[in-house]
Amino acid sequence: MSEPIKTDVVIVGAGPIGLFAVFELGLLDMKCHLIDILDKIGGQCAELYPEKPIYDIPGIPFTSAQGLVDALLQQIKPFNPLYHLNEMVETVEKIGDPLFRVTTDQGKVFEAKIVVIAAGGGSFQPKRPPIPGIEAYEGKSVHYAVRKMESFRDKRVLVVGGGDSALDWTLNLAPIASHLTLLHRRSEFRAAPDSVNKMMALVGDGKIDLVVGQVTALSGGDGQISKAMVKTNDGSAFEIACDALLPFFGLTMKLGPVANWGFELKNNELIPVDSAAFETSIPGIFAIGDINWYPGKLKLILSGFHEAALMAQKAYRYVYPEKRLVFQYTTSSTSLQKKLGVAPERPAAPARAAT
Amino acid sequence: MVQITFIDSRGTARTVEGEAGSTVMETAIKNGVPEIEAECGGACACSTCHVYIEEAWREKVGEPSPMEEDMLDFAYNVQPNSRLSCQIKVREDLDGLIVRTPDRQA
Repeated sequence: MSEPIKTDVVIVGAGPIGLFAVFELGLLDMKCHLIDILDKIGGQCAELYPEKPIYDIPGIPFTSAQGLVDALLQQIKPFNPLYHLNEMVETVEKIGDPLFRVTTDQGKVFEAKIVVIAAGGGSFQPKRPPIPGIEAYEGKSVHYAVRKMESFRDKRVLVVGGGDSALDWTLNLAPIASHLTLLHRRSEFRAAPDSVNKMMALVGDGKIDLVVGQVTALSGGDGQISKAMVKTNDGSAFEIACDALLPFFGLTMKLGPVANWGFELKNNELIPVDSAAFETSIPGIFAIGDINWYPGKLKLILSGFHEAALMAQKAYRYVYPEKRLVFQYTTSSTSLQKKLGVAPERPAAPARAAT
Repeated sequence: MVQITFIDSRGTARTVEGEAGSTVMETAIKNGVPEIEAECGGACACSTCHVYIEEAWREKVGEPSPMEEDMLDFAYNVQPNSRLSCQIKVREDLDGLIVRTPDRQA
């Protein structure tokens, strides 16, 4: 286990609400680390619909989802939050009053006075294709990600899908595998045209096989796959012998480890909070945005922003129990403006060397 | 008003009224039709409003766009008559449309 990273706040999820929480917490002098399972900042907005329009952010008649993420990043820049991407929070343990130990699936450990869960619909995880009995092979011979290319050396590999992940791994594993088959349900690919051309060249040279169809069943034993039954669009069926299957069917949202952190969930998927500070049943752990529930809850980005602001007021009392919180406006408070790096220039006092 | 019939994976049919200009997915959600999830809310950014178009209606409904085809790659058990219901606009000439829903979405 690595040396713990000590911070005021760990925010679980780097979507729009997690990002705005950095702003509200930052104005009150609390430092944040954000952890997200995606490889990018912005959550659903960046992963699912970056180019789609959003019309209901107050004061912004129109923006794109990615545009909103970019604007939030600019807004929170003065607070220098730290990002830990491609990491999923696995456990949150209470070790003080309040103090929490947060551990990720990559073995990173944080010690934070406050934990803010802004995990939206949960963690993005690879979609499991609807092949009966596939669970029995997962982790052993069916993989949804490639961690070590060497583990596929001299194996018969079957890659399924038509997007960038499927094509990238086809190209990367072609020289390593003893035989590689790419299977896709149609002959058009949504992956980058350059990758598709490279793949087609390998097919032309007889280095890999390309098959149009869908997997209907697997056979093998003891977690080790031996062949996949494939049906083509015209109804014919045949088998592909393989030692490893790599399905790339995109991502889906699952609640994930949050379910084990000790909350009594609403409808098995939402974390109940009070609507005064959006604090959970565990003092010091807050939940904001789409993942929380309280009477009247609306899953709107603007509601999440409101929740972040109120959460920060309560969080301050835990992080600075001895200090008095004075409510201030960014419009008029010089101290807030200083934190934002926008304090009006004043005539400089005569320089004097410190002694 | 346009009548649309959704037949679920167990064979139960539900006929509901859709408004011209809205989508088949919105019609399903508004009327609480099961087996349509529409996780992304109609942005053609997921594949959880997948339906099968009844054979007699396929020509009138039309083929998916290239963008919709790309999203259909993520759907389960895709058939030649698969469509994403958020991408089908309700029109007067679709009155009587019949679609089937799959036993699982994402």
